[in-house]
Amino acid sequence: MTILVIAEHDNKVLAPATLNTVAAAAKISGDIHVLVAGQGAGPVAEAAAKIAGVSKVLNADNAAYAHQLPENVAPLVAELGKNYSHILAAATSNGKNILPRVAAALDVDQISEIISVESADTFKRPIYAGNAIATVQSTAAIKVITVRATGFDPVAAEGGSAAVEAVGAAHDAGTSSFVSEELAKSDRPELTAAKIVVSGGRGMQNGDNFKHLYALADKLGAAVGASRAAVDAGFVPNDMQVGQTGKIVAPQLYIAVGISGAIQHLAGMKDSKVIVAINKDEEAPIFQVADYGLVADLFEAVPELEKLV
Amino acid sequence: MKVLVAVKRVVDYNVKVRVKADNSGVDLANVKMSMNPFCEIAVEEAVRLKEKGIATEIVVVSIGPSTAQEQLRTALALGADRAILVESAEDLTSLAVAKLLKAVVDKEQPQLVILGKQAIDSDNNQTGQMLAALSGYGQGTFASKVEVSGDSVAVTREIDGGAQTVSLKLPAIVTTDLRLNEPRYASLPNIMKAKKKPLEVLTPDALGVSTASTNKTLKVEAPAARSAGIKVKSVAELVEKLKNEAKVI
Repeated sequence: MTILVIAEHDNKVLAPATLNTVAAAAKISGDIHVLVAGQGAGPVAEAAAKIAGVSKVLNADNAAYAHQLPENVAPLVAELGKNYSHILAAATSNGKNILPRVAAALDVDQISEIISVESADTFKRPIYAGNAIATVQSTAAIKVITVRATGFDPVAAEGGSAAVEAVGAAHDAGTSSFVSEELAKSDRPELTAAKIVVSGGRGMQNGDNFKHLYALADKLGAAVGASRAAVDAGFVPNDMQVGQTGKIVAPQLYIAVGISGAIQHLAGMKDSKVIVAINKDEEAPIFQVADYGLVADLFEAVPELEKLV
Repeated sequence: MKVLVAVKRVVDYNVKVRVKADNSGVDLANVKMSMNPFCEIAVEEAVRLKEKGIATEIVVVSIGPSTAQEQLRTALALGADRAILVESAEDLTSLAVAKLLKAVVDKEQPQLVILGKQAIDSDNNQTGQMLAALSGYGQGTFASKVEVSGDSVAVTREIDGGAQTVSLKLPAIVTTDLRLNEPRYASLPNIMKAKKKPLEVLTPDALGVSTASTNKTLKVEAPAARSAGIKVKSVAELVEKLKNEAKVI
């Protein structure tokens, strides 16, 4: 068995989610190759070659892959993928965008967001916003799978010494083009990789009040997240949303502040090791999953917490 | 321009589902069903395109049991012109649904197909992308803004670090994210009028599509329950517990 892992990157840096995806590949066991599709992504290919357990890196360098448009990247992956037993990508916005297109091109069903590998053809994945866990078996000759990063501990980024091989194939479908990108800037750790996450909900009342959470987060070295209510109310940008339709996190410590705990929010954070809820409504559903609950006014509790930690 | 919108009948998003005792699936007997929330957003976007004079006809399609006619009637009440039901009693995979939609696309020749980004039951997030692959069209997934101009559509997409805008040649496939729009409610007169709008029923056989699957669900279990937590009385107690009991800070 040979497994193809699609690297997640921005042409400069290899994203940590790739390490979790390689970890899932290692559980399937077999030779692991990593595909870096991009433009001028040499440093990414070099970083991928150092990942423990990777035996080969394929570097497809072409202007058509610069922004990883699925119309161009998917045919490349489908073509290369014919020689593999498994094709894996992280369940990031990129992986989710590209991989189903690959699966359809190969005429196989995809398995999305696996959280565990039972065997080379059987996987577990959450359905119904994480309220049920399905065990799925695939009889497809090529298994196309996205991996939920929080389900797998990352492999070491160093220690491997894979050969980098250039891939010449160029696919330009000509049906799409990149226009622009607007990335939110943040000095805090990335939400999906942070050890501690502090999240605010509707109870924060306005965007300005998130400064209390930022202050606490900076003291803890934490990332700051939000519930959909806080995003929809315009308090914070939407890439901070944790939940079924936002990001899935599983940090050591998740502090939910002014978040009621709707099913859709819990889907994004209930695998956190320790959950703390601070809410003035003692009936809030968040207290049913919280290890430590504090019924208090967040505008008093959060500054006090910041002083004490 | 003709717009095709795909909608799915799913368990209502407010229902807390229960796993069946025999682990064969979740119990959907006597559970409230609704249109998938992302599909509502897709219908709304199509209706807005029509109101702007860009779309001339909205065809709404659903693939599923005969009861999915309820969701099609809802879409008709929201402003769709006619509906197609591809009736299939079995549970279909995203690939099978994409193949059936491709057959409908071939038949209807829409310029734009709008789907939700994922269904809240299977949480697959695959169908739109697969349909795009099968039809060879460009895809604008997780759309938070859609602007049609001439023979192309600019789609602003929600990505992990922020937003990205791509331009797609028409015909194209768009999948909706939550922030694309705020769906409207159907008014009573429109619900009455929707009963008279055309609804065509097809079968996978009639479309010449095989719905065979390479995936098999072996079992469905409830997720591991979290052990009950405690309520602390003060911030000081909370910090003490986090430091000494949970040892996470």
